[in-house]
Amino acid sequence: MDKTNQSGNSVEFPSKKGQSVSRRNLLKTGSAVVAGTAIGSNAITGFPTIWAQNIKNVTLRQFGTGVSNINEIAKRAKQDLGITLQMTALDTDSTAQRVVTQPRSFDIADIEYFTLKKVWGSGNMQPMDIRKLKYYDQIVGTFKNGKLTPSSKIAQGTAPHTVSFVENPTDRKFAKGQTNWYTMVPTIYNADTLGIRPDLIKRPISSWTELLNPEFRGKASILNIASIGIMDAAMVCEAMGEVQYGDKGNMTQAEIDKTMAIFTEAKQAGQFRAFWKTFDESVNLMASGEVVIQSMWSPAITKVRSMGIPCVYQPLKEGYRSWGGGLGLSRNLAGLELDAAYEYINWYLSGWVGGLLMRQGYYSAAPATSKLYMSEDEWGFWFEGKAAKNDIVNPFGQKMEPAGAKRDGGSFYERMGKVECWNSVMDENRYMVRKWNEFIAS
Amino acid sequence: MKRYNPIVLIAQVSPISAILGLFLIVPIATILIVSFWDYSEFMLLPDFVWTNYYDTLSSFVTYKTYLNTFKYTILTWFFTLLIGFPVSYFLCFHVRTLRWQIVLFLICTIPFWTSNIIRMISWIPFLGRNGVFNSMLISLGLTNEPLEFLLFSDFAIVLAFVHLYTLFMVVPIFNSMMRIDRSVLEAAIDAGANGWQVLTNIVIPLCKPGIAIGSIFVVTLVMGDYITVRMMGGGLRASVGVMMWNEISLLLYPPAAANAVVLLVVVLILVSLMMRVVDLKKEL
Repeated sequence: MDKTNQSGNSVEFPSKKGQSVSRRNLLKTGSAVVAGTAIGSNAITGFPTIWAQNIKNVTLRQFGTGVSNINEIAKRAKQDLGITLQMTALDTDSTAQRVVTQPRSFDIADIEYFTLKKVWGSGNMQPMDIRKLKYYDQIVGTFKNGKLTPSSKIAQGTAPHTVSFVENPTDRKFAKGQTNWYTMVPTIYNADTLGIRPDLIKRPISSWTELLNPEFRGKASILNIASIGIMDAAMVCEAMGEVQYGDKGNMTQAEIDKTMAIFTEAKQAGQFRAFWKTFDESVNLMASGEVVIQSMWSPAITKVRSMGIPCVYQPLKEGYRSWGGGLGLSRNLAGLELDAAYEYINWYLSGWVGGLLMRQGYYSAAPATSKLYMSEDEWGFWFEGKAAKNDIVNPFGQKMEPAGAKRDGGSFYERMGKVECWNSVMDENRYMVRKWNEFIAS
Repeated sequence: MKRYNPIVLIAQVSPISAILGLFLIVPIATILIVSFWDYSEFMLLPDFVWTNYYDTLSSFVTYKTYLNTFKYTILTWFFTLLIGFPVSYFLCFHVRTLRWQIVLFLICTIPFWTSNIIRMISWIPFLGRNGVFNSMLISLGLTNEPLEFLLFSDFAIVLAFVHLYTLFMVVPIFNSMMRIDRSVLEAAIDAGANGWQVLTNIVIPLCKPGIAIGSIFVVTLVMGDYITVRMMGGGLRASVGVMMWNEISLLLYPPAAANAVVLLVVVLILVSLMMRVVDLKKEL
């Protein structure tokens, strides 16, 4: 790959040299031969592929959270497939509401797996036929049987594979094992942990318990989004040995009470400097030094670091809390639009989008295809956990890391292999939300 | 008696009734109706249940939050009055020419040319742990450790409220003061009253409507606020508004609506109490 691709400007300046290299690589990966040539050649010429001829005037309406609703993706889809994508960015809570209450307002839902668990029962989405998914073989095991590698243990919470299959296209209940009907194609996921300011803490941090360590009184923070915050809280309480959970992703009322009691006590003792709700708030708290340890998202860490402030996404011995999202289809999609949606999803997994997401610090569901759209150095840094040879630049041209830096937590297998729990929706959700609200107000 | 043409009457009354109906009655009626609905994780279920009110009124958090909100309200009211009254007094009685009164009054309004949120956020870097004020204190040798209570605290919340709302106190008080007949003051001084007596016997009683209107502004604004408490309290402090906003962001519309109805009743009671102290209709 040449420079234009590294700096992420490939949208405006597709490079012939770069594309031909990627096509050759694509040809090498046996399972993707047909699609590889099709997409590769179409990227070079800018003309739609043969079967894509009739879908080029189709418009697909997609909504999702901000992370993957990026305009670059719509632009590139237009260029490669001719499909027009209308993107709407919503917050996580609103995405659930949209699926349930306005099923005719979208064609493609870009939602998280725990949201999918909540909304699938509404019958407003349809599963995908695995035979039509060209890159299904490339999708990592986490989204099929829950195991990243054959020896991995299955994490608690709403693990994606538990809500990924149905027996029949019209089923409203999820299937136990793998079937031919895939509820959602995974696109983006990551492993979350605590962010710290090593320059202000000045000692190693290795456990979730440190969030409530009195040493950091008035300098800690947790995110105020109930379904995610409760998981971080549970990771802390379990690490402290204060609460034993049957399943952190599906707590009983007693477990919720105990967890919230511990956190309420800490709050009243002045442990927390603030609670944050948006990405920018978490960045500001950390960058200004108001907070030295807090729940945080990966791109927020990079944002703080890009300001020249030391900040580490600290791997902890108890493991990560993970989240994942994917693309699902509206029940109302049919005919040409449905074909276009399959075409779009196949294109999504074919590598370019994966590269775009991976170069921001997320993971792609089909890493092998994304590799073709990343430089060796980028792949080494983001995926393999190797030291960067050159400066690492994100797809939008901003410098993320200097040469020599290593990704916190190491390689993909080290990070995703240590997932302890997935973001989830509990049976006691309503009770949990009420208790969380009381915790915030207390 | 003159008979009015009913068509003309209806035409004259309908604009205001349409505006009030559409933007006041309909929304409040909607909130009232929704407050009795049931809900699931992501849906409103039309129903008639009391659980939303029961959950709200039976939770100790509600009372704690109301207590907190009253605390912010009283402190803010006290400080805005403490600052607002002398400012109006100065503008009205010490500044002699109308031109300077207008100029100085406009200067008071300059902060209002920027948005509420911006004025509030600008306090954050000033008051932060490594902020301007703390750095200044440390470099002057006044303290060794930065003062933590300055930001994300009750202090910060009340400070921001006072900064935001003092003008709402100044304007109505200034307005009442300007309407005091100067000859009354002269008569009092001729009759031997000293400055203090003039203030307490004439100026303050005649300013009561202004004080009452200013107080109503400040009290209703603070009681309904959520963003100041959230930003300046760092999400750690709660007011009734914050509680509702939390519920709304979790799609719990019926409990939020019930909360809103309770707040509306409380604020109406407060305002009616203030109206009792001053008979606004008579004074205006």
